[in-house]
Order: sequence, then C-alpha cells, then structure tokens
Amino acid sequence: MRVQLTAEQQRAGERFAAFADDHLVPYADGWDRAQELPRAVVHLLAEAGHLGAVVPADHGGAGLDAISFGLLHEEAGRACSSVRSLLTVHSMVSYALVRWGRPELRARWLPELARGTYLGAFAVTEPGAGSDLAALSAQARPVAGGYALDGHKHWITFGQYADLFLVFARLEGRPAAFLVERQRAGLTVVPQAGALGTRASMLAEVRLTDCRIPAENLVGRPGFGLSAVAASALELGRYSVAWGCVGLAEACVRASLAYADTREQFGRPLRRHQLVQRMLADMVTGTSAARLLCQQAGWLRESGDPASVHATWLAKYFASTAAVRAADDAVQIHGSRGIGDAYPVQRYLRDAKVMEIIEGSTQLQQITIAESAYQVRPRPAGGVEPRRPDAEGLIR
Amino acid sequence: MMENIREQVRAFLARYIRDREVADDEDIFTAGHVNSLFVMQLVLFVEGELDCPVADEDLELENFSSVDAIVALVERRTAAVRG
Repeated sequence: MRVQLTAEQQRAGERFAAFADDHLVPYADGWDRAQELPRAVVHLLAEAGHLGAVVPADHGGAGLDAISFGLLHEEAGRACSSVRSLLTVHSMVSYALVRWGRPELRARWLPELARGTYLGAFAVTEPGAGSDLAALSAQARPVAGGYALDGHKHWITFGQYADLFLVFARLEGRPAAFLVERQRAGLTVVPQAGALGTRASMLAEVRLTDCRIPAENLVGRPGFGLSAVAASALELGRYSVAWGCVGLAEACVRASLAYADTREQFGRPLRRHQLVQRMLADMVTGTSAARLLCQQAGWLRESGDPASVHATWLAKYFASTAAVRAADDAVQIHGSRGIGDAYPVQRYLRDAKVMEIIEGSTQLQQITIAESAYQVRPRPAGGVEPRRPDAEGLIR
Repeated sequence: MMENIREQVRAFLARYIRDREVADDEDIFTAGHVNSLFVMQLVLFVEGELDCPVADEDLELENFSSVDAIVALVERRTAAVRG
C-alpha cells in the first residue's frame, strides 16, 4: 500500500487548499442558507482550471492524476459540499467523454467543458429509478438524423446551471447515454429546493418532451456499452465523493478542535473532558483512515488496476459513514451552538447524511462490498472452491 | 502468445467466478456469474494486464462474453496494431 504523495501532488494539494480557504470557506454557510451558489463561483472554478481536472491537456484540461484529483475534491469538500458536488458531476460528464466519447465528440465538447464555457450535469436519477439503473423509464427513439427523447429526471445536481446534460434513456429496449444541450427544444429545467444537505447544489428536475438531438450525441453504445459508460462515470463520482467526505470529516475535526479548545465547562476547556476527547479521537482516526483508503483507491486507479473498483467502494463506504459520525460528534461537541447556524457543523451534518445516499447508498455498498469480499479472499489449496450445497442441502 | 493470453483471461475470471471452472466458450454474462461492477473490472483487466486498449467500438457484449471472445478481441486488436 502506497500512502505518500509526490512533491508535485503536495504542491497541488496546497494550491487547492489555498483556493478553498480564500474563495469557498468564508462563504459556504451563506450559500447553504440561500440555497444558491453564485454563478461567480463557477467562473472562479473555471478560471482556476478546476473544471478541467479530468480533461487531458491536449483537449485543454488540467489532466490531473488520480491522487491530485482526489486532493482537489478533498479540499472542496472541506469547504463546501455543494461546490464539491459541482466538481463531481461536471467531472463525471467530462470523464464519460474522455473515456468513451468518439474522437469528434471529444474534440467538440472537452475543450468547452475544460474551460467551463459549458457546465455538465449527470441526468440519470428518475422518480422511479435511483440505484436501480435497470428501472430507467426515459425513452429514446430513432428519428430522421438522430433521436427523440422523452422522460423525467429529478434531483439533478447543478441542473439549474448545466449547459450540457448526459442523459440516460432506453433506446429500443437497451439503456443508452446521450448528450443533450440545454437549449434543445423539448428540454425544460425546473428548480428543486428544500433538500436536507448540499443545499447550494442547484438541484433541478429535467423534463424531456420529444427533445430532438443529432445522432452524433449518442455516447458509447447502447446495452453493454452503456454499462461501461455509466460504470466509468459513476466510479469517478464515487471516488470524488469519497475524497469529498474526507474533506468534510476534516472540517469537522478542525471546527471541533477549535471549539473544544476555547469553550469552557466546569472550569476547564472541553478538550480536557474525557468524553469529549473520545469524540475527538474517533473523529481524527476516522478521518485519517478514510484518507488512507482514498489514497489507496487513487494509486490503484492511477495504475489502471481492476482492484481499484473494489478499493473505491471501500473508500466511499468508509469515508461517507465516517463523515456522518464525525459531523454528528462535531455537533455534539458544539452543544446548543452546534444546532444553530452561527457555526458550520450543522451544515456538515446535513451534508454528510447526503453522502451516505448519493453515488451508491450505504446499503448498496454494504451488499456490494460483502459480495466482492468473496472475490478477494485467498483461494483454498487446490484452486477451485468447494461446491455449495444445493437446494436440498446436498453437495453433489 | 495467445495461449498465454488465454491463461491470463482464465485466471482473471477465476477470481470472480470461484465455485466452478468456466468453459472457454461459456457466456459469463447470461450465466449470471458476475455483477454490474464486473464490466468495469473486465475492461480495466483487458487494457491493463493484456495491454489491449478498449475503444468505444469494442464495447459490444459479444467481445467480452466468454474467454474465447476476449481472446479473439485481443487477437484482432493486436493484429490491427501490427498492420
């Protein structure tokens, strides 16, 4: 297991941290209260090159390695989970094109996405389909020169701002992915408010009614090809969220250390009370462990190792649940002040809970990780494992 | 060389399908041996361990459905590179 960063990655991390401290941390509570991220922040992210993180340099992007990409998302997550969500979905759309887009599609869109002149959003979730992609009901049908899309997507992160949607729909019975520009006739965006957390992530419903797109907007291939397109993008999203949770937990640590250092009860600072120390210790340990799992997933991802898939699930599962525990304890340490909006910890708790649901719920991850554990356990001597008993309890 | 590739594919599949041996012509997807994450792992394996870049046009089920199919894909791609 490799855990150390290169000098270049360390410098990148310092640059991302400074950006977060200067441009995001002071304002994140206000954006949360207003349920709105100002457009100017998107422009700042674009100017800093953060919207081109996964786009290769030959298409105008930063072409970050997996660890540096993670550090960017950690620092964004430490400051504002809504901003981190923006980076996540924009990167997912970009990466789907980087990985599976045809050359002409990459040449057309990647420079725009890298510059941030077009903002991407990932339109998969429907009222009747979340974790279960097989339940998608949005439909695409071939028409002269392209496709016509009909369907209803909701909870689309940054749907209110996005210029380019990666829409998942069924094409002749098989799932497929399509690029749909916002200005296409038949695409309507309806803002959604009132979410528990990541309240500045500009959620929206996206309604498609006989929305016509050209044939070249199909990304990858229907059916099996879609599995790869969706899996690649969702994998990156999971990796991003895992790192964002490390940042969120780190924010809980910093807020709690500061508050416990100055707040006195019974004649001494909170940090001297043993039950508070227990919470601080768990928070610090959970954050460090989550970061190590993310780094491990990152190194495997960077080397193209199939084990990166399992490692990313471990990282996201652990980091998201650690973030919830850290935020829960951070609110507890802050006492009555923790539940008011003068301190950010109540935002951290609301945001952390969202992380347990997006990019694979905790329960879906538990099922997947348990199943995968059978694949990575050592084989018994002799190679093939013992046959399982059949329905009658007999091994035949 | 292709026999070596075949052995690598068999060994890879054996990591995911552990309670039985898979015949070279057996469809690993229709037999329900693998979950949705496996697609990603399989593509990474073909690219990384078999050194065979996978492009959009390769993403058809018939190219990945069995040991024979994967070996045939690698053969075609290798021949194309050699010209």
